[in-house]
Amino acid sequence: MLGKGFAIAAVVALLVSAPPAFASSSGGELKQFSLSTDGPFGRFDAAQVQRGYKVYREVCAACHSMNLVSFRNLGQPDGPFYDEKYKNPNDNAYVKAISKDYNVPDIDTETGDVIQRPATPADRFPNPYPNEYAARAGNGGALPPDLSIITKAREGGPAYIYSLLTSYHDAPKGLEVPAGKYYNPYMAGDLSSFWSGDKDKVPVGGFIAMAPPLVVDKVSFDDGTKSTLEQQASDVVAFLDWAAEPKAGERKRTGFAVLIYLVLFAGLLYASYRRVWKGVKH
Amino acid sequence: MSGHSTYEPKTGFTRWLDSRLPIIRLGYDSFVDYPTPKNLNYWYTFGGILSLCLITQIVTGLILAMHYVPHVDHAFNSVEHIMRDVNHGWLIRYVHANGASMFLFAVYMHMFRGLYYGSYKAPREVLWILGCVIYLLMMATAFMGYVLPWGQMSFHGAVVITNLLGAFPVVGESITTWLWGGFAVDNPTLNRFFSLHFLMPFMIAGVVILHVWALHVSGQNNPTGIDPKSKEDTVPFTPYATVKDGFAMVLFLILFSVFVFFQPNALGHADNYIPANPLVTPAHIVPEWYFLPFYAILRAVPDKLGGALLMFGAIGVLFILPWLDTSKVRSLRYRPTARVFFFLFVLTCLILGWCGGELPDKMVFQVGSTSAGDPIGLNFVWLSRIASAYYFAYFLIVMPVLGLIETPDAVPDSITASILDHSAEKKGLAHAG
Repeated sequence: MLGKGFAIAAVVALLVSAPPAFASSSGGELKQFSLSTDGPFGRFDAAQVQRGYKVYREVCAACHSMNLVSFRNLGQPDGPFYDEKYKNPNDNAYVKAISKDYNVPDIDTETGDVIQRPATPADRFPNPYPNEYAARAGNGGALPPDLSIITKAREGGPAYIYSLLTSYHDAPKGLEVPAGKYYNPYMAGDLSSFWSGDKDKVPVGGFIAMAPPLVVDKVSFDDGTKSTLEQQASDVVAFLDWAAEPKAGERKRTGFAVLIYLVLFAGLLYASYRRVWKGVKH
Repeated sequence: MSGHSTYEPKTGFTRWLDSRLPIIRLGYDSFVDYPTPKNLNYWYTFGGILSLCLITQIVTGLILAMHYVPHVDHAFNSVEHIMRDVNHGWLIRYVHANGASMFLFAVYMHMFRGLYYGSYKAPREVLWILGCVIYLLMMATAFMGYVLPWGQMSFHGAVVITNLLGAFPVVGESITTWLWGGFAVDNPTLNRFFSLHFLMPFMIAGVVILHVWALHVSGQNNPTGIDPKSKEDTVPFTPYATVKDGFAMVLFLILFSVFVFFQPNALGHADNYIPANPLVTPAHIVPEWYFLPFYAILRAVPDKLGGALLMFGAIGVLFILPWLDTSKVRSLRYRPTARVFFFLFVLTCLILGWCGGELPDKMVFQVGSTSAGDPIGLNFVWLSRIASAYYFAYFLIVMPVLGLIETPDAVPDSITASILDHSAEKKGLAHAG
């Protein structure tokens, strides 16, 4: 029984700490990437997520929507602008100030006219395009995906997004890149029909309609962090990963309490089991 | 529920109730005084674990249904609303989603245990068949539940599986149209899947009652496969079985919690976090892990109807299993040859699961290539063909034939005798060591 106990404990420990097994769908080996929130003991790095929000806001938000995220989420526990002073994130002064910078469409209830009003913390992040057709028209026919749960919606998760953002480079010689497209080794696709080189050496990856979004010093960080491409990419991935599951911190904390309770309960039950079955040969 | 009841009502009220509706007596006879073979091992705790799973799924499912919207335009976002805005919604959803996997994992353990110890053999045929009905209902429930979040894998999985029924001659097309509520997987399909997904757990609960009833008529099997002969061989269900089941349940909950709190999406697929889009097909449509072996059998046959028939046959064959096994001895503990074939069967199921998750043309191993550059070796479609062949051969050839030709080991006289033999053997080993 003791042996079995150790075996179970080992399996549990392995499962808790193992990162989800993911492979890139394009076949390319993903770049090494880690976040402070990784693993069961991961900590939330508010400063990084704040920087990531700035990258999203100044770069990504020009084309990508985040329909599932509201301004108030930024000020809730585990959010980048959480402040203990404001139990209700809708009261958070900083979040209020951020939301006020945006206008959102509404209907004037007095006149019935379509109007624009300043956003409140209760509003969702505004969509850069009025509809899907406008979004496609503005991006050469391609639809910029909604980023609300992007790190959960791609195999490889944060590491995949990071690899994609940091791996734009010139197409290999012999690869014909269509107009308005860019070569990226992490984009899913089959390049064989665009390849004029050796048939067995078709480059991995695919074409992406998004122009390289990040360049050195494109975003200036308020906390003085050096704005390299890698820094911008990892910060924005930290922000996107937070947005994909804002309750992940609460989940892990609850998980610890639950596991401690269950392990103690299991010990108690095992002791009861030994006691009840004492003297019964089985 | 069987045999002589020893329940004695102690208070005025219980005496009054007992002569009108002996429900306390039923509970007492079934879960307190019920004689349980004393040699049950941990493989026998999965029955209790499964009832815990069913209750968990029903309770979490009821709460999810309070917040979920079964409409193609709102289903996906309503699930995300549960994850983001409902208090502890993430917990309820992750318990329910991972709970399905845990439920199926426990049911597979329970079934393998039944196979190993011959729990399907007379007089437990009806008990086994009721179990197969539960399994079939569980698969239908799990499949429909996976469609509800209306992600890419939900939608395209529903398209693939419902299209299978269209392969049946004459009636196929009408059945599919009827199931879809139209001419494609769309809003009516989602609506009826939600309705059926809500209904089926209660059907399962009903069959579970019959399953437990049948169990208590024939009595529990045990690792020796010998019926209890005297009071010596059994212990009362409470506290003996309850405390052991309870301990196993908590160990199971630890595993469950690890998935829910630390790896909640490890058993799922990233594509299902993309809202369903009928115009974009995912590169690689795969079902949840618990359906992979059957998916491999389906793809092993080049013909659609043949594949569908073989896949349903793989479950159907379980129903006639009690009459395929010709052995006089129940437990594989005393059938060394049969044991080898059993472990090969378990391995085959795992291999089929592996095949189901890989692309059919991918190579398992390669020994060289032809002059045209095509690889020579074994690909996954051929591995699933070999494994499927053994899957059916185990039931249709090995079981009937082996029972007639093998020579089983000596079977002990009683459960108590087997325990004494076992501990003597252990002591002997200790001395020898």
